Amino acid sequence: MEYEIIVIGGGHAGCEASLAAARKNHKTLLITGNIKNIADMPCNPSIGGPAKGIIVREIDALGGEMAKNADKAILQIKLLNTKKGPAVQALRAQVDKVDYPREMLKTLKNTKNLDILEGIVEHLIIEENKIKGVILENGKEIKTEALILTTGTYLKSTILIGSEKKSEGPHGEKPSKYLSDDLRKLGFTILRLKTGTPPRLDKNTIDFTETTEETGDNIYHTFSFDNKKNYDIESQVKCHLIYTTKETHEIIKKNLEKSSMYGGYVEGVGPRYCPSIEDKVVRFSDKERHQLFLEPESIDSTSKDYGNTIYIQGFSTSMPYDVQEKMLKSLPGMKNVKILKYAYAIEYDAIDPRQLKPSLETKKIENLFTAGQINGTSGYEEAAGQGLIAGINASLKLENKEPLILKRNEAYIGVLIDDLITKGIKDPYRMLTSRAEYRLLLRNDNADIRLTEYGYKIGLIKEDRYDLFKKKQQKIEKLFKLLKENKITPTKETNKYLKQINTSILKDSITLYDLLKRPEVKIEHLTYFIDIPFNEEEKEYAEINIRYEGYIKKANHDVEKMLQLENKKIPENINYQKIKNLASEAREKLEKIRPTSLGQASRISGVNPADIGVLMVYLKRNEKND
Amino acid sequence: MDDTIVAISTALGVGAISIVRMSGNNCIEIANKVFKGTDLTKVDSHTIHYGKIVVDEEIIDEVLVTIMKSPKTYTTENIVEINCHGGISTTKKIVEILLLNGARLAEKGEFTKRAFLNGRIDLTQSEAVMDLIESKTNKERNLAINNLQGNLLKKIEKLRNEIKDLISHIEVNIDYPEYYDIEIMTEEKTKKIVEKQIKELKELIKESEDHEIIKTGIKTIIIGRPNVGKSSILNSLLEYEKAIVTDIEGTTRDIVEGNISLEGIALNIIDTAGIRKTEDKVEKIGVNKSLSLIEEADLILVVLNGNEKLTKEDKEIIEKTKEKTSIIVINKNDLPKNIETEKLSNRITIETNTTTANGINPLKEKIKELFNLDKIESKKNTYLTNTRQISLAKKSLKSLEEAKKSLEKEEVLDMVEIDLKEAFDNLGKIIGIDYSDEIIDNLFQNFCVGK
Repeated sequence: MEYEIIVIGGGHAGCEASLAAARKNHKTLLITGNIKNIADMPCNPSIGGPAKGIIVREIDALGGEMAKNADKAILQIKLLNTKKGPAVQALRAQVDKVDYPREMLKTLKNTKNLDILEGIVEHLIIEENKIKGVILENGKEIKTEALILTTGTYLKSTILIGSEKKSEGPHGEKPSKYLSDDLRKLGFTILRLKTGTPPRLDKNTIDFTETTEETGDNIYHTFSFDNKKNYDIESQVKCHLIYTTKETHEIIKKNLEKSSMYGGYVEGVGPRYCPSIEDKVVRFSDKERHQLFLEPESIDSTSKDYGNTIYIQGFSTSMPYDVQEKMLKSLPGMKNVKILKYAYAIEYDAIDPRQLKPSLETKKIENLFTAGQINGTSGYEEAAGQGLIAGINASLKLENKEPLILKRNEAYIGVLIDDLITKGIKDPYRMLTSRAEYRLLLRNDNADIRLTEYGYKIGLIKEDRYDLFKKKQQKIEKLFKLLKENKITPTKETNKYLKQINTSILKDSITLYDLLKRPEVKIEHLTYFIDIPFNEEEKEYAEINIRYEGYIKKANHDVEKMLQLENKKIPENINYQKIKNLASEAREKLEKIRPTSLGQASRISGVNPADIGVLMVYLKRNEKND
Repeated sequence: MDDTIVAISTALGVGAISIVRMSGNNCIEIANKVFKGTDLTKVDSHTIHYGKIVVDEEIIDEVLVTIMKSPKTYTTENIVEINCHGGISTTKKIVEILLLNGARLAEKGEFTKRAFLNGRIDLTQSEAVMDLIESKTNKERNLAINNLQGNLLKKIEKLRNEIKDLISHIEVNIDYPEYYDIEIMTEEKTKKIVEKQIKELKELIKESEDHEIIKTGIKTIIIGRPNVGKSSILNSLLEYEKAIVTDIEGTTRDIVEGNISLEGIALNIIDTAGIRKTEDKVEKIGVNKSLSLIEEADLILVVLNGNEKLTKEDKEIIEKTKEKTSIIVINKNDLPKNIETEKLSNRITIETNTTTANGINPLKEKIKELFNLDKIESKKNTYLTNTRQISLAKKSLKSLEEAKKSLEKEEVLDMVEIDLKEAFDNLGKIIGIDYSDEIIDNLFQNFCVGK
């Protein structure tokens, strides 16, 4: 058997990677431990959230699958942060854990050039630092030109519950025991990370009268720019909010030493933003209570794994079974609760992502790419974003084309990858809006404007979708023109209306464009003066861009400055030892990370502006020498 | 790289004229913002223009500005050179003004570095360029920080930490919108913190500027028509303090006549056209010549004869000095009073004589009061010590004021935060911190979030 591209792992990164490769007409094989677990959501039953929701939109604009697939499985959806500014708004949906993987599997199976194989990969075949193929657990060899590792938590995974340690992945699946050793032998630095997940409870054993309801928005949202609505606003499922009690905290404190974490059974580094409940109680001991969300995992009550299960967000723990039981029963409405699946911590191997190029190809082994948790991230969205980029770039590599590298001002995905490969990680990396310095440019509403061209050029965005996008662009232009060309004058009637909408009256005439810059004026208000025949999306885009024009200009100015350094490429074979004027710390870091541009170099901690100056002069001199 | 850089390109304190040089695409526009005279954006390349540097209608200095347009310049970028006449503190002030208008202080060797990168300098010189930059790497990088005194470091850190907490709080609300137990940082609460910050930062900047006075002294001129007793007042001040009277060539072109210590602060009395040489000469030169010095002084002592009515000359001097920090000294109060004091009602006025032992005291007291000298003394330890630091502090202040303005306009917090972050970054630069993940670290330390 022989393939152009093999993807190992059928999680969110693996699905995007294999779809992108196959859709770009490369003969692709997806190898997974168990077909049943393809696109599984082993942790929370939701997709999106601040920053993460925007990643999903970006995946859609580039021609990926996550947004479309999530739209087929929505249980409840909200636009978050609507009052905090346009840049930080993001979609978050409760997603059905049965529908999501089923729909994704359907799509994979219907994709040309894509085969799926069940198996565990244990070794890589490498010749002259180039990937040639893989060897399965059963000894079978499969040849390939490029390989994408999207192994998630399955490298040497260990499940921990209290003092109990099992060598298995989520759902008791078999882990890959030797693959990370192979990587270590090839010279990769391997990290040991940890994450965890809360218990799953039987919906029918919870008294919901003691909880507060959380509902979805009463307007339609979709992740995909296709805008295909597959749910009914009225029948969105509810989540429920409860708080821990004093009793819960006492049980935790009393049994602290029994948890895997505090008992010293864990070696991996856990994520700071995903603390276990025992962590929360210890570190924030002054807090009397912690909030917990009860989230349904599926409405398919026939499902063996997810029917009737409730995910209890905020309650990750590595306590032993009996303590978990006691802790849960101390919560409101849980006196008779039945636990369907106990909470666990999981340890796994990952690689230091500073060993990657911006294309996600490893620096050491040609045509070997990695994406998702193996690169030290956490989260379905972060994984999918990387998977898509790895799939695209593995394909482009085989086509002898330049890789797709999204810049920090273009996409959260760009920020994500640049952070990983430049700064490395200490704990699993989660995307936050605060990680993006140009977040005003990286909005939920403009992901298509930012990225559709790329998606089209690569070939993942098809003509029909591209035509729609072009039309949208033209309409937006028309709308801007309309607002700029229409002036209102300070007539009695006009001023009366302006007063009515609580904005100051006019002394001179003003264009509608300028009027819209006032924070209290909405584009809807302008329909008093003129007909505005445009849809919500177009109007929203115009409103944001006009209202925040000043801030956006400022951000663009900063971007220009950043790009000047970004566009100065550093040759791959540069010898830092030869540049005598570099500070020694800078030299060491540059040697290790080998940034591809002066921009990336300037973001490495320990590399100072003076070092960048020296580097700049050195590069210029070499250029002149040549 | 095409931001605009600025530096004083002549050695400070040497020579009468100092040159402030700017390089970068926007330097002509930046100069034009503060230059009163020809519209610099419309002049030809390689031309020189006379005019004034004016800020908020205050004339800072009379200058000659040379405009050199890209590419035939040292750096190949647009270059503006400002020839200043006002001495060291005026030159520094001009640099500060340019910094506030969008220029950035040049690093050591940066003009040369640009010249090289833009292909102006020969290859053989590039080693020297690297050495120039490197000296910064090894020595100067930490110098600025080491110069900061403990108190200042603490104060800036405190201000910065407060902004950091504020930003992380806004951030946690954004990244974890559904944590109901976390207090929502509202516009109102933000405004309170920002206002407090503005107040504290203003105080700090004021202290630092006072400190400039401590370091360089108060440039004082004594002015008045002949025979009102100017030189007696000078001599009285000098004698009283038993200070050493020397001819000290100052750091500027000005000849300091006398150097008097008042509460430890130097009062540098400027020679108003050669008082010491001959009394006669002063009378001949007359008032007009002295008037040109008024603009440069920190303090003007206008001496009048209390025994006589105001003359036309007196009135002219009084009129010319009304915008400046000045004290009207009604001298000869030991003689019968004939002067019309009602015409001086809106001015700071004191009465002196030079014939009695304590006759000059009221003047000394008034000067101390005017410059807060007592206060300066007590706070001596907390000040920013160089142009770079002061300009960064001022930039932070400007950002905070922008933030406040946005809050007043009811702008959303995410936009307000852009200015807060700028203030945070600039405060960090003062104390040499440039660590981008600090806010995220702080967020997870201070708030209990996560699934």
